[in-house]
Amino acid sequence: MSYLSHNLNTYLILAVFLLVIGIYGMIRHRTFIGMLVSTELVLNGAGLNFMAFNKFTAPDPAVGQIYTLFIMGIAAAEAAIVVSFVLAVYRRYRTSDPENVNALQG
Amino acid sequence: MNAIYQFVAEALFIMFILLTVTGSFLAVKARILMHAVLGLAVCLLGVAGLYFYLGSMFLTMMQILIYMGAVCIVLVFGIMVGYTPHESAEKNGMSRNMLLALVSSGVSAFLLVAVVIGRTTWTASAAKVGNFSIEWIGENLLLRYCLAFELISVVLLIAIVGSIILARGGREEEV
Repeated sequence: MSYLSHNLNTYLILAVFLLVIGIYGMIRHRTFIGMLVSTELVLNGAGLNFMAFNKFTAPDPAVGQIYTLFIMGIAAAEAAIVVSFVLAVYRRYRTSDPENVNALQG
Repeated sequence: MNAIYQFVAEALFIMFILLTVTGSFLAVKARILMHAVLGLAVCLLGVAGLYFYLGSMFLTMMQILIYMGAVCIVLVFGIMVGYTPHESAEKNGMSRNMLLALVSSGVSAFLLVAVVIGRTTWTASAAKVGNFSIEWIGENLLLRYCLAFELISVVLLIAIVGSIILARGGREEEV
């Protein structure tokens, strides 16, 4: 009997699902914070992929875990930057709608 | 007795998958922005459970600590401190934006699932080194992957300093 949790494809399809729903949300969301939430979903899909290949195919189990830790650190740094960026943009433009922040458009 | 344990483990695994899927749906489809962040937290909890099934207790704890404890709280602060409208997604169902979102996500899902996952046979490597223990990760972080370890600390430092400068500069300008 084959178990669902011992199958590499289960994790890969779930990671694809996270990536795809992250892309969908990034286009659909109307605020900066909403886009950031979707970006976290995409990063989680990447981390899940690394961990799945780490368990099933990689020779050294430490590599994928260190990579996933790296992704978590990047995501934390990115969240801090984006939140302060949103505050700065609101002070400058008095809006949080990404459609209105178009000073470089000419 | 062993079969019962396996059954419970599989049931918990399916529950974690359901948590991930429903959380991500909530994160994308919620009308109110705070609900989207709560959905993200649920999704991250499900992914933490999947990390446990992938053999890494350490990463499970780090996922809960860093993502749910730090990133979600930062997002909640961002919503509460800054001005954000209540609705996060477009109200009208079929706009051009919706079409673009559906096409791009559908095409990438089809390509990845049908072409990459469906047609590849992954083979496990013959030689195995090390194990899943925290000792092995720590040893690797300090010896072989020392550069990644140092790099992530520098990135975090730059991010902290940069976000302080970004958030402070605007206030002085306003006064």
